Amino acid sequence: MNYINSSSQVIQIEPFKIYNQNNSLELIKKICLAVTGIGFLFLLISLTGISNQLPILFFFLSFGLIAAGSVFYFVVLTKEAPTGIKNNKIFIDSLSSRKTAAWILGVVLTGFYVVLYWFPELMQNWINLVNPLSYYLRGKPADHWFLYGAFYTTAVLVMAVRMIVKYRHNRYQIIRSISVSIFQLGLSFIIPGILVKLNKPEFYFNYFWPLKFQYLFPSEIKYLTSKGEALGYFMVFWGIAMFVIATPILTYFFGKRWYCSWVCGCGGLAETAGDPFRQNSDKSLKAWKLERWSIHSVLVFVVVTTGLLWINSATGGKVLGTISQTFAGWYGFIIGALFSGIIGVGFYPIFGSRVWCRFGCPMAAALGMLQKKLSRFRITVNGNQCISCGNCSTYCEMGIDVKWYAQRGQNIIRSSCVGCGICSAVCPRGVLKLENLPAAGRYNKVD
Amino acid sequence: MHLVIIGNGITGITTARIVRKRSDMRITIISSESKYFFSRTALMYVYMGHMKWQNIKPYEDWFWEKNNIKLIYAHVTSIETDAKSLRLDDNSIIKFDKLVIATGSQTNKFGWPGQELIGVQGLYSKQDLELLEKNAKDIKSAVIVGGGLIGIELGEMLHARGIHVTFLVREKLYWNNILPDEEAAMVSRHILEHNMNLKLKVELKKILPDENGRVRAVVTDGNEEIHCQFVGLTPGVHPNIDLVKNTNIETGRGVLVNEYLETNIPDVYSAGDCAEIISSDGGKNKIEQLWYTGKMQGEILARNILGEKIKYDRGVWYNSAKFLDIEYQTYGFVPRSPREGEENFYWEHLGGKICLRLVYSSSDRAILGVNVFGIRLRHKMFEAWIKEKKSIEFVLENLRVANFEPEFYRKHEQEILDKFNRENPGKNLTLKKKNLIEIF
Ligand SMILES: Cc1cc2nc3c(=O)[nH]c(=O)nc-3n(C[C@H](O)[C@H](O)[C@H](O)COP(=O)(O)OP(=O)(O)OC[C@H]3O[C@@H](n4cnc5c(N)ncnc54)[C@H](O)[C@@H]3O)c2cc1C
Ligand code: SF4
Repeated sequence: MNYINSSSQVIQIEPFKIYNQNNSLELIKKICLAVTGIGFLFLLISLTGISNQLPILFFFLSFGLIAAGSVFYFVVLTKEAPTGIKNNKIFIDSLSSRKTAAWILGVVLTGFYVVLYWFPELMQNWINLVNPLSYYLRGKPADHWFLYGAFYTTAVLVMAVRMIVKYRHNRYQIIRSISVSIFQLGLSFIIPGILVKLNKPEFYFNYFWPLKFQYLFPSEIKYLTSKGEALGYFMVFWGIAMFVIATPILTYFFGKRWYCSWVCGCGGLAETAGDPFRQNSDKSLKAWKLERWSIHSVLVFVVVTTGLLWINSATGGKVLGTISQTFAGWYGFIIGALFSGIIGVGFYPIFGSRVWCRFGCPMAAALGMLQKKLSRFRITVNGNQCISCGNCSTYCEMGIDVKWYAQRGQNIIRSSCVGCGICSAVCPRGVLKLENLPAAGRYNKVD
Repeated sequence: MHLVIIGNGITGITTARIVRKRSDMRITIISSESKYFFSRTALMYVYMGHMKWQNIKPYEDWFWEKNNIKLIYAHVTSIETDAKSLRLDDNSIIKFDKLVIATGSQTNKFGWPGQELIGVQGLYSKQDLELLEKNAKDIKSAVIVGGGLIGIELGEMLHARGIHVTFLVREKLYWNNILPDEEAAMVSRHILEHNMNLKLKVELKKILPDENGRVRAVVTDGNEEIHCQFVGLTPGVHPNIDLVKNTNIETGRGVLVNEYLETNIPDVYSAGDCAEIISSDGGKNKIEQLWYTGKMQGEILARNILGEKIKYDRGVWYNSAKFLDIEYQTYGFVPRSPREGEENFYWEHLGGKICLRLVYSSSDRAILGVNVFGIRLRHKMFEAWIKEKKSIEFVLENLRVANFEPEFYRKHEQEILDKFNRENPGKNLTLKKKNLIEIF
């Protein structure tokens, strides 16, 4: 069906490829789903303990099949339609639109966290499943935290494939997904494991105070340096330097995204496993008010706790006795367990993927202040091209009402923005661009 | 002072917002389509499931009360310009001191036999969207007549719900009445790539019913019968002047206004899709049916209502759209085939989904317009270049500065420049470093 135009040039209108959802593709997709399903079945069966005789086999039958089935499924999707934003049916499908399936998943995830935090012994047979891996990596038996790490890392890696497939036309998203995968796998899973194997302190190089608040607690510093090894001192130095030196500099040049959507493990999970739920974040002004109040309270709380612990240790526990310890314990329970785990991840399908990052993370609060005041980062709005369609706001996982700014031609500078770049990706008119430019004038005036 | 605005589309709303920013005049907005302002351009995303209705409202519901803008959800049935009053469909009377008519557009219908059958409709309003949910429920195939910007959106919507779509297009390529051949071919190719059917140089003759009065098939001018359970009519829109026709407000194709957006009646104004702006230099009257122009006219109108006297001048033309997965932007003016005294430079990426056309004057080589598909360009930059009559060579050498693509995207500027150098022997343009950007 080619056509010759007036200047006798051949104009081709035959496409290189025609995408259609044919039956063989449907069949392959079903097979992939079946494989994933069988993997979950094996995972469930393993809870009974029959896997304990052959943990390696069952590990591959559960973790292996789940990963293989879903990864293949995502790859098959590339054959189905040309690249582009495909958010079809997100607000129709039950799982992504807060209907029955979403609530079921929410309850299951929350249940998992409850068991993990308070009844880990119920999961002993799952822990046995990852025992061989733990021995291989860490040279010691698995515990429930190692199991959690294995689940977490698998989720990030598998769903990063989904992310890359979904945004395969968008190099920012591809590179970012690879980045969070590498940081999760390397710095949060393999290296801490190796450290344990080498009989060194288990240390996560991609977490610092105030997110990993313990890293500046006197007890932790004592523990890290107790053997008097250079590595321990380096870890203390790293934790402090990353917060005091690297964080302000990197945030100045790139915005808080350098951490929140490229490095951090919580962000890593949100950006991969959480992506299907990003549209559920609350965009209302009320939510924004709550957010500012709550996230800054948590930051204050961390600072106070850390301060109290230092005063306590400096005075040999005379001034405050055990109060500061109790304080820290409560903080761990409320913030660590309830907030970041149960509400943060368990409620992904209901409140969206970044509840913790938005309402609770003290690191995000600190980075956000820097981003607002001392940074070159902004999201630029392209002239008057905005048609107020609302896609950007809808798909903002941080609940920022992006279009409020875009439709007035105002650059978007918000302390909560993690720079995931999805607003720019979903905008049908190419209105938004994440940019690092000279800081002066980034707050542009609008009428 | 009571300002009453008929129509809560982008035009009416922009007018109200700007007036409110600068004055505490009493403001009432009346519309019978929906209580709250929504984005018409986003209707498609609700149907496709990208968003819910609530997501396409540009302002939260509390916004109106907080800004003391009164909303009335009713239909205006008549205007009494002498008494300065309106009648609503519940027979109540509203008095005004100043009136803005921003009633938007209606879908064109060309009197095709069968156009009133069940399952035949256009796409403009919220009600059309609700009808579409009913009409396209559980159907297998659809025909869309008239290949424009709304047509492609309707096609994408149905395709997203798994309905097979056939386009009937009068031109030899999709949107070829506006786009030059190469771009129109690119869009056509992309439609086919999505496994939609494209019937080119074909017109609709009639629509056939089944025994229940529902569409069963369409017949083309070549007497081909195409089976379908839905027909989308998208051959453009015309100003909605039903309300104004029987008043002493002058109308042509639209509500006639001067450059200050004033009608012939004092204190009565009109803007947006429904307005026809009388040319002051004897040229053609302008009817602009875009979101952007509605917004710009609303801004100017608000200031005129407040007593300034500003002419509406839309400045350097721009528009943007999306054809399925391919984004399109245009700045300045790009005619569908080159005119006297103009030259074209066209570059297309090997993958066949990205292209750039620059139109410039043969005499002083000043840039006149750009069409771009699959690359995002910086609006302000091109606006300035066109205004300042920068040469085609300057534009090409500085193209990088106008790039608005997300970070890490592959850049095409060098390839574009190379093609220009090849086609223009003697030229040896090189890309400028990206520093201009800091000036803007
Ligand atoms: C599907 C679709 C996609 C589009 N996409 C784009 C795009 O991408 N970019 C772009 O630039 N433009 C686009 N447009 C065009 C753009 O939406 C319109 O130009 C714009 O909405 C016009 O705004 P308006 O305020 O002038 O009129 P409208 O938005 O039509 O508002 C007029 C309102 O007045 C109401 N009204 C009329 N008569 C009465 C009465 N007697 N009593 C009470 N109320 C009344 C109507 O019901 C309506 O709600 C698109 C249009 C459609 C239909
Ligand atoms: S997605 Fe783009 S066009 Fe839509 S509201 Fe946001 S910035 Fe505007």
